[in-house]
Amino acid sequence: MNFMLIAVIVLGAIGLVAALVLFAASKKFAVDEDPRIAQVNEVLPGANCGGCGFAGCGGMADALVKGADAGSIEGLNCPVGGADVMSKVADLLGMAIANGEPKVAVVRCNGTCEHRPKVAEYAGLRTCAAMHACGAGETACGFGCLGCGDCMEACQFDAIRINPETGIAEVDEEKCVACGACVKACPRNIIELRKKGPKGRRVYVSCVNKDKGAVSMKACKVSCIGCSKCERECPFGAITVGNNCSYIDPEKCRLCRKCEKVCPTHAIVAVNFPIKKEEAAV
Amino acid sequence: MNIKTFSIGGIHPEENKLTHEVETKVANLPKQAVFPLSQHIGAPAVPVVQKGDKVKVGTMIADAGGFVSAPIYSSVSGTVLKIDTAIDATGYRKPAIIINVEGDEWEETIDRSDKLETVKDHPELTPEEIINRVKTAGITGMGGAGFPTFIKLTPPPTAKAECVIINAVECEPYITADYRLMMEKADEILVGLELLMMAAKVTTGYIGIETNKPKAIDLLTKKCAETFSASKYHVEVVPLKQRYPQGGEKQLVDAVINRQVPAPPAIPVNVGAIVQNVGTAYAVYEAVMKRKPLFERYTTVTGKRLQSPGNFLVRMGTPMQDLIEACGGMPEGDNKLLAGGPMMGKALTSTEVPICKGTNSVTIISDDEARRKEPQPCIRCAKCVGVCPMGLEPYLLAKVSEVKNWERAEREDIVSCIECGSCQFTCPAHRPLLDNIRQGKSTVMGIIRARAAKK
Repeated sequence: MNFMLIAVIVLGAIGLVAALVLFAASKKFAVDEDPRIAQVNEVLPGANCGGCGFAGCGGMADALVKGADAGSIEGLNCPVGGADVMSKVADLLGMAIANGEPKVAVVRCNGTCEHRPKVAEYAGLRTCAAMHACGAGETACGFGCLGCGDCMEACQFDAIRINPETGIAEVDEEKCVACGACVKACPRNIIELRKKGPKGRRVYVSCVNKDKGAVSMKACKVSCIGCSKCERECPFGAITVGNNCSYIDPEKCRLCRKCEKVCPTHAIVAVNFPIKKEEAAV
Repeated sequence: MNIKTFSIGGIHPEENKLTHEVETKVANLPKQAVFPLSQHIGAPAVPVVQKGDKVKVGTMIADAGGFVSAPIYSSVSGTVLKIDTAIDATGYRKPAIIINVEGDEWEETIDRSDKLETVKDHPELTPEEIINRVKTAGITGMGGAGFPTFIKLTPPPTAKAECVIINAVECEPYITADYRLMMEKADEILVGLELLMMAAKVTTGYIGIETNKPKAIDLLTKKCAETFSASKYHVEVVPLKQRYPQGGEKQLVDAVINRQVPAPPAIPVNVGAIVQNVGTAYAVYEAVMKRKPLFERYTTVTGKRLQSPGNFLVRMGTPMQDLIEACGGMPEGDNKLLAGGPMMGKALTSTEVPICKGTNSVTIISDDEARRKEPQPCIRCAKCVGVCPMGLEPYLLAKVSEVKNWERAEREDIVSCIECGSCQFTCPAHRPLLDNIRQGKSTVMGIIRARAAKK
């Protein structure tokens, strides 16, 4: 009987001491974590894709809370969650909504097989990076899509594929979350994250060739030749031409499509617009 | 006698030296010469001429763009048409100076006589003066890599040069430019070697030649005895067993003086050797003794299906097309065009690419010979490990590069790879080993550079 009593008392005493030590330690060495970080993390999608530029959603939540303390969460955006998630985060942190505008990856090359003839055959390793390091690739254009699918490899969302008919990467707008993995994977910096636009309507220059007009024309019929016609035509000053290549600023573009009409090489592309009556008649 | 060679790995591809006994012809002047501004390792040269300027043969048209860089001289006389982009051996359009050729008028400072100038006749030459002349003449390694020569001659204070090794190995199949140079300009090469030894302040020199060039070995051994027997210099011609990649600096140092260059960033001079190509020795002779900057070189134009392959003394800036025409034109059907030989050469997509400082050969291989075979799974036979001259494990490096495991690639010493292609050559499963390794190597080197920049 005595044994049991001693055991209970001894164990109880040890338990008490240990509890006191643990209590003291947890007070003394407590890591002061902002409870908002956990809350923000809860709101974020939890895909840990790294599309925001941080190592996973935890890093992003941390950065958002720090940003809120500093007074602004400008420049931080969760591409996967988009506007919904960002507005929830902004509510939670009591901040004005930051750039929640949805974006989408845009492949700026239109050099399909018919527009951009093959001049050589590449027999090496079929990755864009290897082909890019070897030279201009199978066509004479040293800037265009190589079609080996490094972007496809990089995409976690199955949103970009090489179209076997054109040999060029194509983005599935429904699936694309604008995480930017393909942008990083492309050795030629062809892919850009652009504003998705109302109803997905966008106008952009589908070429990044920086060669002079005569040279780029020879390599590809639909290349931008840097003629500046679009720059002059644009009523909103959204277009700039530098290095023999035109660029439309998505922030300034009002989707009037005037540039598309004047482009002599059809390098400017407008997508997701309804077919106009006169065009439909043709 | 036991013939020397390097200690690990190596292969022996079919030699195909079609043009060994074809005497060098002087190539015709091109109608238009193209001078890419990046013909060497380091910063691109900066143009010093403008559109419309008249230039002569030997006029400087672009100056060095930094310490590791080299000036470029015109190889033709005429008018600068434009400074524009032109396709070069990288396969991309890069900045270049384009000159329309008119006549053939040389700068008066250049001594065009054939008289052999020896060091005895020029007591004014000091090591500093030699290095200075080599630097201003724009000489870069003539074997292909194109590292500015004057930098090699001024080793870092931590290293001490003990000997100069002339690389006359020419282990690459097909190419015979160095061999022809040795047969035709042996005296000049030896004076060049003496100048290199003076500049490096050493008295020992070696000339490494593979045994498939017995005539060159005999000739140079004889000439060496005549030239150096009564002098303070000790020069030896070292016959080497045929083995690729013996022409690699590290392999040559191992073969000739039996010392092993440690992993990068170590260079041959860390073990006391300065390695210079035989073409460089000749260029040094011309620059120092004849005041002739680097604008001409020996180049082999070769291929089994070419009508008359040959060796040419060609002005730089000449499009390859001109040389191919001089050999009977591009053979019919699909061909693979290479700047360099079949092992280390760079495949090109255009015959407009000009001959540059490092273009030792234009090689044309027919489609059926050049075409790769379908890769099969790796059977872990370790043939690639056996032939790797750097003692690496190519199958492993290729795999970790393929799966982008850069930390592992760095740990496995991927940056030591010299990209000789022996592994891919020997692989019975035709796996694209070198393609993957090259990708991994450039990525890992980028990571290392970024890390160094942070510090």
